[in-house]
Amino acid sequence: MAYTKRTDGRKFDELREMEAKVGIIKSADGSAMFRVGKTIAIAAVRGPRDLYPKFKQDSQKGVLRCNYDLMSFSVTERKRPGPSRRSQEISLVTEKALLPVLELDNFPNAVVDVFITIVQADAGTRCAGINAASLALADAGIPMKDLVCAVATGIINEDKVIVDVNKEEEDLEGGLADTPMAILPRSGEVTLLQMDGEASKEEILESIKLGKRACEQIYRVQRDALKERYGGMKDAAD
Amino acid sequence: MGELKVKEKDLVIPGEILAEGMDYLPSTGTFREGEHILSSLVGLTYISGRLIKVIPLSGKYVPKKDDMVIGTVKNITLNGWIIELGGPYTGMLTLKEASSDFIERGADLSQYFDFGDMLVTKIVNITKSKIIDFTMKGPGLRKLKGGKVIQITPSKVPRVIGKQGSMISMIKESTGCRVIIGQNGRVWISGNKPEEELKATRAIMIIEQESHTEGLTDKIKNFLEKGV
Amino acid sequence: MLQINKEYINLLLTHDQRVDGRKLEQYRDIKVEYNISENAEGSAKVSIGDTVVLAGVKMDVGTPFTDKPDQGSIVVGAELLPLASEDFELGPPSGDAIELSRVVDRGIRECQAVDFKKLCIKEGEKVWMLFIDIYPLNDAGNLQDAAFLAAIAALKTAVFPKLENDKVVFGEFTKEKITLQRVPIECTLLKIGDKIVLDPTLEEERALDARLTVAVTEENKVCAMQKGGEKGLSMDDIDKMITLAIEKTQELRKNLK
Repeated sequence: MAYTKRTDGRKFDELREMEAKVGIIKSADGSAMFRVGKTIAIAAVRGPRDLYPKFKQDSQKGVLRCNYDLMSFSVTERKRPGPSRRSQEISLVTEKALLPVLELDNFPNAVVDVFITIVQADAGTRCAGINAASLALADAGIPMKDLVCAVATGIINEDKVIVDVNKEEEDLEGGLADTPMAILPRSGEVTLLQMDGEASKEEILESIKLGKRACEQIYRVQRDALKERYGGMKDAAD
Repeated sequence: MGELKVKEKDLVIPGEILAEGMDYLPSTGTFREGEHILSSLVGLTYISGRLIKVIPLSGKYVPKKDDMVIGTVKNITLNGWIIELGGPYTGMLTLKEASSDFIERGADLSQYFDFGDMLVTKIVNITKSKIIDFTMKGPGLRKLKGGKVIQITPSKVPRVIGKQGSMISMIKESTGCRVIIGQNGRVWISGNKPEEELKATRAIMIIEQESHTEGLTDKIKNFLEKGV
Repeated sequence: MLQINKEYINLLLTHDQRVDGRKLEQYRDIKVEYNISENAEGSAKVSIGDTVVLAGVKMDVGTPFTDKPDQGSIVVGAELLPLASEDFELGPPSGDAIELSRVVDRGIRECQAVDFKKLCIKEGEKVWMLFIDIYPLNDAGNLQDAAFLAAIAALKTAVFPKLENDKVVFGEFTKEKITLQRVPIECTLLKIGDKIVLDPTLEEERALDARLTVAVTEENKVCAMQKGGEKGLSMDDIDKMITLAIEKTQELRKNLK
């Protein structure tokens, strides 16, 4: 059966409604919330701070550490608290997605910790987490070459590429090649790319192309959130 | 020809293009990529001649040579004191730099500075991997007694001090409190009454939160006079 | 914590004053939001000043304890994520996390706020298990009282999930609410020097000598207590603390709808 209409009525290349807010956790050095549709991610940055155990320290530059997890009640079937193989893998790829933009040379021997937690899950949680983390890092004043934008595309029924897959689509029968990716908005470099499902090379390249376009919109939401947070400080007078 | 893409004191975010062409030079908070100069921070742009820099609006303290800071005695060793600044970097205050008096090796160092003591101290030297040497020799450098210490964003320190110290003088005069601001964002406040200390604290918090809004001096003046 | 600030807190308290200008028994502003996470059977967010705590209820079918074949049960957990505080670390639940959740658990369980018999599906075989999970988002002191309020608020909005052939249909809810027979509230009192302080900030918490959490029902009956801190409490302290807790919990309860 051809997928002619998306379950929530969106166009094939249309993202769900997005919202971002910077500076939501007072005690953190940087923090942000990113919502896309019903998926809500929050991220906090702590650091640069002491890194223990000591052998993990790098005397040349700071170390980035990411941790991603779901709140137990964020999903329909309760998630047992504590790390899972899935959350550990996502933590790792999130780290790799963010590292290329970070300038950590000025923080030798220290660590920058990024903690991401999902409050409400409706697919695309790792991408929402990366979007929130990127904002939190900027909020923490960590030097960055660019923000990082992330979205999941899907190749459905081997012919349609859809942008920003929701849970219903993820669970569709007949299979969907789910392709989460992170993109640096200025250079277009891809810093996270995962795929599971089945698709041709052409379909994959097409889906990355659509993902890039979606990231332009995500970037605007991120930029506006940062400017809103610091907007009151715009007109330095007196 | 080079072209500026921002005005003075524009709010910029990481990756935002500040200038095009080779006529401008990147300074702190910025970097060059091909033809462009870009911001690496959330901050405000400052342009002086051909130099472009971005002053951050957030971020932890990164120690610099000659900074006056408020540190805490974290440990006492045979050769001096380990001082921490509230961030990941600690440093050493040696016997030689601790006092103009001669301190004998093997003396009970806690008699001079004890665990937990707060010191107004200065960074005399710092290595690339952020190993710090402190000194207590210099005007205003001393151990703090009484009062309390609050933490503000280090990049806001110049605003709390104000032009030629105008902002901080106003707070001191109005509340009668003594106030010392370290570059690491630690602010020591000591007054005669807790209400006055609270007032000085609140005034400093307002400056921190609204550091770059218009009419800040008037706002603080108003707050100090009327408490609003 | 900075030694200088600990001394400052103590100095002010000798004059019955606090660093942020509050009275000794005065709480910071309290805000309760409901249904903050749609996949939960019930959820809430509570702020007390800058302290923010989320709580969510999830339900599943389990087997009853052999000595209570007609009763369901609750399981309370708390995760102190490093997201919320400089002092929290990744890894298995710390002692603090376990204490926090157990004190919430007892406050709800011991006064039978939830009627466990109403959680029975098939006697001796199948009962409802209520998982109440607590997540601080920002620790600015007094997590215990915020966590308890959040747990009760989440329970108040919780509905049963859909059940088919004795199995939960995940993601589908009925309209049937979990009724609370009673609404207990917890109040934590600190002893610093010879003063009793309520709703402590993080720095006040670090300056404490002793601590007592008291759970109180609408009928002003105490239904759970927990003493903490390194020093002891006198009979007189305990008397004062329970009196204050009874008074304050009546006020705190008004924050719930």
